[in-house]
Amino acid sequence: MSDATMLAADGTPLKRSLARALRRQKLRALGLIAPLLIFVLITFIVPIASMLFRSVENQIVENTLPMTVEALADWDPNAGKTPSEAVYEALYFDMFLAAEAKRHTRLGTRLNYEQTGVSSLFRQSGRALDDIGKETQKPLEELNNAWKDGETWHGIFNATDNADTALLDLQRKRVAALTGSPASDEVNFAPDATLYNLLPKTTRAYTAWAVYTATQQGRDPATRDPWEAVATALALDLRTADLSAYSGPGADLLAEAQTADLPVPAMATAFADMDEDWAGATVWKTIQTHSSTYTSGYFLNAVDAQKTPDGVAWQPDDKQILLKLFGRTIWMSLLITFSCIALGYPIAWLLANLPMRQANLLLILVLLPFWTSLLVRTSAWKVMLQQQGVINDVLVWIGLVGDGDRLIMINNQFGTIVAMTHILLPFMILPMYSVMQTIPPSYLRAAKSLGATNWTAFWRVYFPQSVPGIGAGSILVFILSIGYYITPEIVGGTKGVFISNRIAYHISSSLNWGLAAALGTILLAAVLVLYWAYDKIVGIDNVKLG
Amino acid sequence: MANTTTDHAFVEFERVQKSYDGEILVVKDLNLSMPKGEFLTMLGPSGSGKTTCLMMLAGFETATHGEIKLGGKPINNIPPHKRGIGMVFQNYALFPHMTVAENLSFPLEVRKIGKSEREEKIMRALGMVQMQDFAGRRPAQLSGGQQQRIALSRALVFEPELVLMDEPLGALDKQLRETLQFEVTRLAHDLGITTVYVTHDQTEALTMSDRVAVFDDGRIQQLAPPDQLYEEPENSFVAQFIGENNTLMGTISKITGDQCEVTLDDGEIIDAKPINVSEVGQRTRVSIRPERVEMNKERLSPDAHTLKAEVLEFIYMGDIFRTRLRVAGNDDFVIKTRNAPDQVRLTPGTQIDIGWLPQDCRALDA
Repeated sequence: MSDATMLAADGTPLKRSLARALRRQKLRALGLIAPLLIFVLITFIVPIASMLFRSVENQIVENTLPMTVEALADWDPNAGKTPSEAVYEALYFDMFLAAEAKRHTRLGTRLNYEQTGVSSLFRQSGRALDDIGKETQKPLEELNNAWKDGETWHGIFNATDNADTALLDLQRKRVAALTGSPASDEVNFAPDATLYNLLPKTTRAYTAWAVYTATQQGRDPATRDPWEAVATALALDLRTADLSAYSGPGADLLAEAQTADLPVPAMATAFADMDEDWAGATVWKTIQTHSSTYTSGYFLNAVDAQKTPDGVAWQPDDKQILLKLFGRTIWMSLLITFSCIALGYPIAWLLANLPMRQANLLLILVLLPFWTSLLVRTSAWKVMLQQQGVINDVLVWIGLVGDGDRLIMINNQFGTIVAMTHILLPFMILPMYSVMQTIPPSYLRAAKSLGATNWTAFWRVYFPQSVPGIGAGSILVFILSIGYYITPEIVGGTKGVFISNRIAYHISSSLNWGLAAALGTILLAAVLVLYWAYDKIVGIDNVKLG
Repeated sequence: MANTTTDHAFVEFERVQKSYDGEILVVKDLNLSMPKGEFLTMLGPSGSGKTTCLMMLAGFETATHGEIKLGGKPINNIPPHKRGIGMVFQNYALFPHMTVAENLSFPLEVRKIGKSEREEKIMRALGMVQMQDFAGRRPAQLSGGQQQRIALSRALVFEPELVLMDEPLGALDKQLRETLQFEVTRLAHDLGITTVYVTHDQTEALTMSDRVAVFDDGRIQQLAPPDQLYEEPENSFVAQFIGENNTLMGTISKITGDQCEVTLDDGEIIDAKPINVSEVGQRTRVSIRPERVEMNKERLSPDAHTLKAEVLEFIYMGDIFRTRLRVAGNDDFVIKTRNAPDQVRLTPGTQIDIGWLPQDCRALDA
């Protein structure tokens, strides 16, 4: 075998030597394009990818209400009953932490996309949570003043030797997920494993508080008073806990509290008192349906459907708008593409066949719009097309149209098509021109010499050869117009807007980024599918841009 | 388009002029008539107006003045597609989006010829150029020579009486060009087609044509069969454009009938045949073909004038020897001798005497 290996002059195998020689070249080439590559990656690929990812991302429910989601998993939404007391309890603790971190309203907004009213429900409930906690905190503090002191709590729950680091890490993760900022700072607290066994809810609630206080507020939990929720948790725990064997710190305080029989709030009732929606199944169904980490909900919304506990269903008729908008976007983009072909083809033909001087002048006229701001061009169309605008004035002046019935040419589909055809026309002309330039005039002459009339020569000989230019221009114009935003926004009114205007609305006004991302993803997929279809039918290597 | 006219001429240019910009005439007063079945070549340097003439005949350019007739009828106002003239273009102009068969079918389809007849004609036309096996190919899959054959058969498939060819072999290599030259001539003669062929390659013109029209400056300088053109050029442009040529400048010193004496600029006197000179004292350019120069005095008549010459360079070219001489102050005087066994190989520096038959030496315009 070794005999067959070709050796370079210095004795190294030729292949390796070649690879080394090429590697240097490749590295240099890579080095040259690296700035652009990194720029594109950072400013283009990554934002798009992360934006598209939002269309399926749904961690907010899980992050905000982790225990509730877990407890709710067993609930049967079709049984006609509200969830068990345990679910309400989990909701209380989850909501309390979320309310302290001011994250509950976000979840409310998210769930409001699915079920109107959830947003205000969450905002209201966040405010009312304190009252539930106070019901137990007050009697506890009246029982023994020591409970007012943060150090007492810290002394009891902070582990001396038997720390439960798993619980601490869990709460760190939970706080980090909830707030979106890391929770790995030093906490100056470790939950006692023994107490976690005896008083699980209290220990968990206290740990959560301690982690939040230390990492998010930068305060020492040893000297601060815990939230009301911790007192509530203690009251709940003490009802069932068996503390007879416990002799750790604060054993007497805990025993005293247990015998005092503190008032325990009934969570289901308390929430129902807050807002009667909590006593119904609808909100719970919404939470349960949309509690998964990834969701198809945004995509379903994007096609006028929605996720319900019973599966996928259409949106109510009055909310169905997006499919229609998609259809209109595609239909109008096709119209714009065709009018661009119709207007651009003769110009491209002229450009390709005029003498150089005139062709250059014409080319400058074609490119002139590129030197004017898009906004100016679009606004100019507003001036031209409006009812008191130039075109209507002229039509009235020459008597074609009565002053009373001026044409409505703007703030509808007509306006959008006219303005966008004008704006996108150069993108059609230039590829057509560059293809036509390469078709020698001798083909037409040959066809005529073979007996073809002007029309036959054009249609059978010239036109087929110019198709790649039409294809390239059409792809360009169609893809540009399907995602166009500014022009439809300005001249489209309500009937002439595109799906991109809806996306912009969800990005900047309704802040439903998930839906905007889903709409964008569908748009992108539609373009890719069309591109693929075009490749199948015409062949992408037939497309020439120059 | 039956040739009902009794007139001999099939293609006629009558006082045709052409100007593109209204200032310069690219074709000046062109008169030409060719009989049916002739193979006529328009030969000339670029810009001489030969292609413009072809385009006017094909109908792609209109004559500014004058009349062009085909089969006795003026065709100035007939659009190209109704002229029924087959044409082969310089770059073949085969339609790239059609197969070979579709290319050939095109002229038949526009003439509304039925499918079976079409196929028969296509196969016959392809057969003429031995390309039957390539019917399904696209032009891009063919070599230059094959494309040229297809272009030729496409121009012939609808059986035109007149075929125009615009430098059709210009893009091919030498060997292929020679093969195709032969094929084109054979086809044209076999089918009896009248052919107008445009080229700037004089070898092509000489080997293929029945008659050659030499163009320069928008005029036909000479219209003659190839041998006559080469041996009896009528003016110094033709003499210099066709073949290799030695020229000597001088003044006519005596004219007697079809012979004259020319005093060269260095005082020497030679015999020549006056062609387009008429008076004593007129400046003239004397033209002698390199192969007609004689070094052997015995082959010349005793009273013939001879010139002293010095050998400057000897070039061995295989079949011939090419010797460059200094003659009457002219350093570029070339003679060609056959590589025969007894032929002398002249060494540079040798002094020799040269001479020629008076009829081989033509006194032309200066």
